Amino acid sequence: MSASNLPDPSLIRGLTQRRLGRRDALRLSGLSAMGLALAACGVRGTGKPAASVAPDAAAKFWAGKTKTGKLSFANWPLYMDPKRPELARFTKETGIAVSYQEVIQEMGPWFAKVQPQLSAGQSIGFDLMVITNSIQFTQFRDSGFLAPLDHTKLTNYRKNAAPAYAKEAFDPGNVYSVPWTSGITGIAYDPAKVKKPITKLADLWDPAYKGKVGMFSDTQELANFGLMALGIDPATSTADDWKKAAEHLKKQKSDGIVRNYYDQSYVDALGKGEVWITQAWSGDIFQKNVSDGTNFEFVIPEEGGTIWTDNFAIPITATAPVDAMMLIDFFYQVDVAATLAEYINFVCPVPAAQEQITKDAAKLTGEDRAAMEAVASSKLVFPAAEDYAKLHYYVAFDAVAKQNEFQKTFEPIVLG
Amino acid sequence: MTAPTLEQPTPAEPAPAAKPRRRLTGGGLLRTYTWLIIAWLALPILVMIMFGFNDTKGRYNQTWNGFSLKWYGRLFELDDLTKALVASLLVAAASTVISGALGTGIGYALGRYSFRGSGAMNLVMFAAIASPELVMGSSLLSLFVSLNLGLGAVTVTIAHVMFSISFVAIVVRARVMTLDRSVEEAAADLGATPWVTFWKVTFPIILPAVFSGMLLAFALSIDDFIVTNFTAGTTETFPLFIWGATRVGIPPQVNVWGTLIFGVGVLFAVVSTIRSRQGKRD
Amino acid sequence: MNRMKRQIAPYLLVLPGGLWLLIFFAVPMVTMLSLSLQEGDIVSGYRFTGHWQNYSDALSNYQTQLVRSLVYGVIATVVLIVLSFPVAYWIAFYGGKRKSTYLFLILLPFFVSFVLRTISWRQILTDEGPLLQPLKEMGLLPAEFHILGTSFAVIAGLAYNFLPFMVLPVYVALERIDPRVIEAARDLYASPATSFRKVILPLALPGVFAGVLMVFVPASSDYVNSAVLGSSETTMIGQVIQARFLQTSDLPTASALSFTLMAVLLIGVFAYARALGTEDVMKVAAR
Repeated sequence: MSASNLPDPSLIRGLTQRRLGRRDALRLSGLSAMGLALAACGVRGTGKPAASVAPDAAAKFWAGKTKTGKLSFANWPLYMDPKRPELARFTKETGIAVSYQEVIQEMGPWFAKVQPQLSAGQSIGFDLMVITNSIQFTQFRDSGFLAPLDHTKLTNYRKNAAPAYAKEAFDPGNVYSVPWTSGITGIAYDPAKVKKPITKLADLWDPAYKGKVGMFSDTQELANFGLMALGIDPATSTADDWKKAAEHLKKQKSDGIVRNYYDQSYVDALGKGEVWITQAWSGDIFQKNVSDGTNFEFVIPEEGGTIWTDNFAIPITATAPVDAMMLIDFFYQVDVAATLAEYINFVCPVPAAQEQITKDAAKLTGEDRAAMEAVASSKLVFPAAEDYAKLHYYVAFDAVAKQNEFQKTFEPIVLG
Repeated sequence: MTAPTLEQPTPAEPAPAAKPRRRLTGGGLLRTYTWLIIAWLALPILVMIMFGFNDTKGRYNQTWNGFSLKWYGRLFELDDLTKALVASLLVAAASTVISGALGTGIGYALGRYSFRGSGAMNLVMFAAIASPELVMGSSLLSLFVSLNLGLGAVTVTIAHVMFSISFVAIVVRARVMTLDRSVEEAAADLGATPWVTFWKVTFPIILPAVFSGMLLAFALSIDDFIVTNFTAGTTETFPLFIWGATRVGIPPQVNVWGTLIFGVGVLFAVVSTIRSRQGKRD
Repeated sequence: MNRMKRQIAPYLLVLPGGLWLLIFFAVPMVTMLSLSLQEGDIVSGYRFTGHWQNYSDALSNYQTQLVRSLVYGVIATVVLIVLSFPVAYWIAFYGGKRKSTYLFLILLPFFVSFVLRTISWRQILTDEGPLLQPLKEMGLLPAEFHILGTSFAVIAGLAYNFLPFMVLPVYVALERIDPRVIEAARDLYASPATSFRKVILPLALPGVFAGVLMVFVPASSDYVNSAVLGSSETTMIGQVIQARFLQTSDLPTASALSFTLMAVLLIGVFAYARALGTEDVMKVAAR
């Protein structure tokens, strides 16, 4: 195997020699002229407007579908106990083997990754996925990529889900989706470094924390905070409001207050001391504290936070949709919802789980018991009515043009 | 057009003994400098290896908590990571074999024959090497999307073969061009058909170059991030897994796998260097 | 008959690989060009309308990032020439029998995944990390000092990741210099400085030239370093293109940007080749 000798002469020569190429490549650019001949090829859209779903669409989709005994489930990281106790129980009860993968990290990339397969009518390798109420949710729905759910199989859901969810604007009546969990976007901070309690959005603009503030790179999340800081409700905001919010956010940036705009990596940045105060998602901070022994605080700002929902949805090309329906309904059993909430600490869509967790806690002692009771009484897992009053919904877009305008208004802030 | 190779004996040791003192000081300074650069190159590798031995408790492997071997025992604990590694290996293997075969064909033809269109072939190959990965990846994505082709391991392999072919071809071509044709002629004189001559005489001579090329293709494939990111769909490879994990904390197993891959690569290189040296001495 | 065979043989050999490159390298460029002139959205689909405005929009919206990427690319390349030349020089002239060992050490980073190497730097450079924290505790640096998120971090990352690509070609060029040429210069009473400037440097130039080409294009179109080590202040065009494709599924803008980037890089490289100019350089570089 002398060929693999690393400073191999032919290798080095190859590396050196190839450089000639760049210059020759220039000549090649003439080749693109031939390209125009192919210019006619476009990208087919699927464009079935979802608003006009035929009433028998669900019946049609589900006709002849049966249980397969195998299911693959795409979810976000940190969304289930790593030992997957709930799935083990599901497999034991139903005989359905579940392959669970934490492959979704952001909605945009997820949509972009599966879009080609879905529009080709191919399986994406997953029968069930968890997607956020977002621009991409609408894109999934409007492209006809989501299977209408078979509500006859959702008995636990009907019995146990909080009724408010059926009214959410992104999917009224839960035609295509039911919640996996909700969450709150608020502020997290490190009390060891920030010497006073953080209570309001204005603290994110406080020059005292210059260079130590983190904001989200997701334009919707970012815009929401800009809007709420000015006292505007995102859900009913207008294009003019967006401009004002963008100005406010730009000022925060040009004053040097913002260290960076983060995606999920904000937890890491907070942990490394890169930021002291940051926009944050409720359950993450709890989990970070549990897993790393940190003492970060999470607050819903006085001016308000936002609430979002991550939802179960079945891709239209799923090969095991019936199994997927069974798993969805399984998570609406009160005790299952309870163990899930105990671990992930996001807002639980099953109100009865609160009582269950209190009961579970009673069986424990010492620290475990205290931790469990904390979950049961946590405003972040089971928000009370007055907490909900402080929570706002996302900006709602009625047209693609609006969405583009929104994007154009806020994107430059993040890009720098 | 032949380049002197590293292994050719250099005509003489440079810097004649005439001015030993000046050479010593200048050389000494440069030596220190070179070692500093090497240290700079090695630093992040050492950090990566170190954190594979970190006795971290949580999901975030970022502060040193003491020495532990536990992650070596829990190498296969993360299904997603194991799957990603397997996918990486499969794609790299497939891409190595395919680009090895196709690239050898091109390299041999270009090195051996002069034919119409060889200039164009050279151009396309060089362009493929010279283009930014970003552009190759995104344009492939455009193609696959336009064709409504689902993304996955197959599209990744297609992409990797695409950017590896030229490297294999160049390495093979270089060897073919320096080939001593008289050996082949001798075989022909002894009555061997061209077919037999190729397989019995020529091929064994260019085989090391083919191996070199394939090794390069393997290395390019297993470490590729940019093109893969565009063409993978929901399939995860090792670099894609690491990329995704940066957002939620990289599990120590990634460091362990990184260390193992590093170790195997270095071992492989060192052993083959030693063997080739011994081969020469014999 | 035999002659016929000999004539088709090269074509048969080239055909499979050539087709592969044609279909998966050349054709995608064409589809991307076509996409860059289309209008529509990902839900209802895109149609070809010869919409050149995609280009002007892309340029006016992302000019900053494009310029920044080129500036970073140029700086990283220049820094690498300065850093690499002495290394290549020392290995070539003083490496002795250990030349391949030193080259091997220079290549060490290639045994670790590109993404992992960059992340490792993040770990080293982090605000309260092993490098900065001690200095901060000693009071040598203010508490808010940071490297991550700055242009410096991104350019350093680029330089780190592409260093071997500069050292290797420069080394190959230097190693080829016949020592007798240098001796001759000395015999003619050239001072060491003069013989370096008049003899070694010109002979090394093709290697530097090759190194620049190997470094500049990938460095300016990189997005990993800026994403991992940078911040919103260091956003490079690669990140924008990546996000347009994979975040917002805005394929026409992304394609237009991709094409613009390639065009700019090609023009840059071409101008560079012209400026350095002679066919000689090209010929030696080609060897």
